[in-house]
Amino acid sequence: MIALEKRPQPSQVWSVATPVIAVLATMVFGGILFAVLGKNPVEAIRTIFWEPLFGEHSFYYRPQLLVKGAPLVLIAIGLSLGFRAGIWNIGAEGQYIMGAIVGAGVGLAFYPMEAWFIFPLMVIAGALGGWVWAMIPAVLKVRFGTNEILVSLMLVYVAEQLLASMSLGLLKNPEGYGFPGSRNLQQYPSAHNADLIEGSGMHWGVVAAMIAVIFAYVLLNRHMRGFHIRLAGEAPRAARFAGVSPPRLILFCMGLSGALAGLAGLFEVSGPSGQISIDFNVGYGFTAIIVAFLGRLHPFGILLAGLLMALTYIGGDIAQSQMGLPAAAIQVFQGMLLFFLLAFDLLTNYRIRIGKAGVA
Amino acid sequence: MKLTKLLATAALALGMATTAMADKTKVGFVYVGPVGDGGWTYEHDQGRKAVVEAFGDKVETVYVESVPEGPDAERVMTQMALNGADLIFATSFGYMDAVQNVAKKFPKVKFEHATGYKTAPNVSVYSARFYEGRAVQGTIAGRMTKSNIIGYIASFPIPEVIRGINSAYIHAKKVNPDVEFKIVWVYTWFDPAKEADAAKTLIEQGADVILQHTDSTAPQAAAQKAGNVITFGQASDMAEYAPLPRVSSIIDNWGPYYVRRTKAVMDGTWESVSTWDGIREGMVKIGEISSAVPGDVKAEAEALRDAIAAGEYHPFTGPLNKQDGTPWLKEGEVADDGTLLGMNFYVEGIEGEIPQ
Repeated sequence: MIALEKRPQPSQVWSVATPVIAVLATMVFGGILFAVLGKNPVEAIRTIFWEPLFGEHSFYYRPQLLVKGAPLVLIAIGLSLGFRAGIWNIGAEGQYIMGAIVGAGVGLAFYPMEAWFIFPLMVIAGALGGWVWAMIPAVLKVRFGTNEILVSLMLVYVAEQLLASMSLGLLKNPEGYGFPGSRNLQQYPSAHNADLIEGSGMHWGVVAAMIAVIFAYVLLNRHMRGFHIRLAGEAPRAARFAGVSPPRLILFCMGLSGALAGLAGLFEVSGPSGQISIDFNVGYGFTAIIVAFLGRLHPFGILLAGLLMALTYIGGDIAQSQMGLPAAAIQVFQGMLLFFLLAFDLLTNYRIRIGKAGVA
Repeated sequence: MKLTKLLATAALALGMATTAMADKTKVGFVYVGPVGDGGWTYEHDQGRKAVVEAFGDKVETVYVESVPEGPDAERVMTQMALNGADLIFATSFGYMDAVQNVAKKFPKVKFEHATGYKTAPNVSVYSARFYEGRAVQGTIAGRMTKSNIIGYIASFPIPEVIRGINSAYIHAKKVNPDVEFKIVWVYTWFDPAKEADAAKTLIEQGADVILQHTDSTAPQAAAQKAGNVITFGQASDMAEYAPLPRVSSIIDNWGPYYVRRTKAVMDGTWESVSTWDGIREGMVKIGEISSAVPGDVKAEAEALRDAIAAGEYHPFTGPLNKQDGTPWLKEGEVADDGTLLGMNFYVEGIEGEIPQ
């Protein structure tokens, strides 16, 4: 008989090993899936994981990893702080949208003026937009005890409607022949979040993501507030005795994650995407939840997880066009990754014991 | 600038390598939905298959499906160009700026952008006059409705969609003065759940004809379940729902255009053009009108189709007023393409406002 036995302490070894094992298991079972679809599994796995990093055109894909990974990391860092404290902000997608709308709105208000202060103002506005949107569920929770999971999630759909309204109305490009979508900020130098070094993929969003990782690490390990966050999540009663104020913690964590998601939206709309359009959001806010857990809610883990996620997206696209793999197979592959991670997670807290039933 | 140069050199080197290897022309397709959507993307993929069939070994096609509009589209197209594509079809309006960006980096690669309006020396745009099909559809809808309420599932308030609503309305009204349109905006091209909800709402409001400007077959399924409701296939024939609820369809027929453009690249005669073809050129087709439609209505609809094909009739012929009552077209006057391409108003008689 196989039995599960709870470990007295979560295993350090396994908490590091499980993400690696999960990735390997995904490769094996993903390979089987690809083989069933009639594709060479080794070739497919190689295309997804190797091609973007070391393939013939990696000079183009490597910067793209940063472009795709930065918003994921930025959002996931914010979410992880709340998740550690047991505060569940599921609506980062909405905060991302609001950051983009407010930030782009500020930039477009100055059009066609060129000045150095426009972009910094947009950055502040973007963070503010996300912060305000996250404050709604935070304040409602603190004042009325509403469930922040539901409220923040529902606000995503409100934000999507606002996005559509903005693309068709207030922010619509007056020279766009009546088509939806704002002016392209890539063609407005003062508002353009361009690559800091041409072709490197390093835009301000990537820099912000790096800073966020370091900031979160310092906060969690060297700062009283970080200690409170960890304490509130791991031992809520002890936290209460230690003088942690739950309302303050909620406002702090929700606000910070909202502001970071808003920043991610602003950097995206002013950089890679360029314009507010109806389909501006592509799910970074939701994928970031996966990234946060894949990275074990640890800042450096999140950094790696964000890049890994970006890798599967980019490699997945390459596999589609080069090998004719259907998009759905790639999505299943990404789903497997999370599934295996959660499954193997069990080993961190439990050990498998093989022996006679009922002995323990 | 460095990257641009690097990319261009890489593309050039690859281009030479591929031409040296074999005279294979590589054609890439970027799809906004899954190839199995049964509508818009499905028909573009049929076009791709037509290219394969026409040229066999001389051509290699690649595609990526469900590509979000924005930076992802830009990356996918860059990747295709890097891998030696000679011609890339970008099949959604929202790819417009991405096409422009990539086209600048790869001047040797030809780009074809569906339903857009920005061209460049190596970027062509193409679209179909779907509104011609809407005229035929409106005629059948106006004749077939018993409740005199026609439901319309609209995607985005852009000129293409508004044109379709106007064209269908004008022709439904012509054969049935009591007809009324109820329009639901779903803000998506493809979302079976949302489309089904919209169809159900419209049916509950008394609509017994559902027209859709979205790509899935979900409204067809909803109509079938409700019974006594008719629908039309959109973008694709959706014949699996014939003879009821689907009584006819507007089919986008991209194959001939894709074959023609691929041939032009092979021959080295490719030039940047703006194409807007309709029933006459075969880019828009009317699907089989099913047995559920009475013979005289079918004949009337087919006569209209043939008149449009022959160039004898234009669906936007005056007298027509705008929604607010101001005159638009005089008796016998025909709308010019410029107005149609930027259409942002309803014609007189349609209730409600275009979302702004």
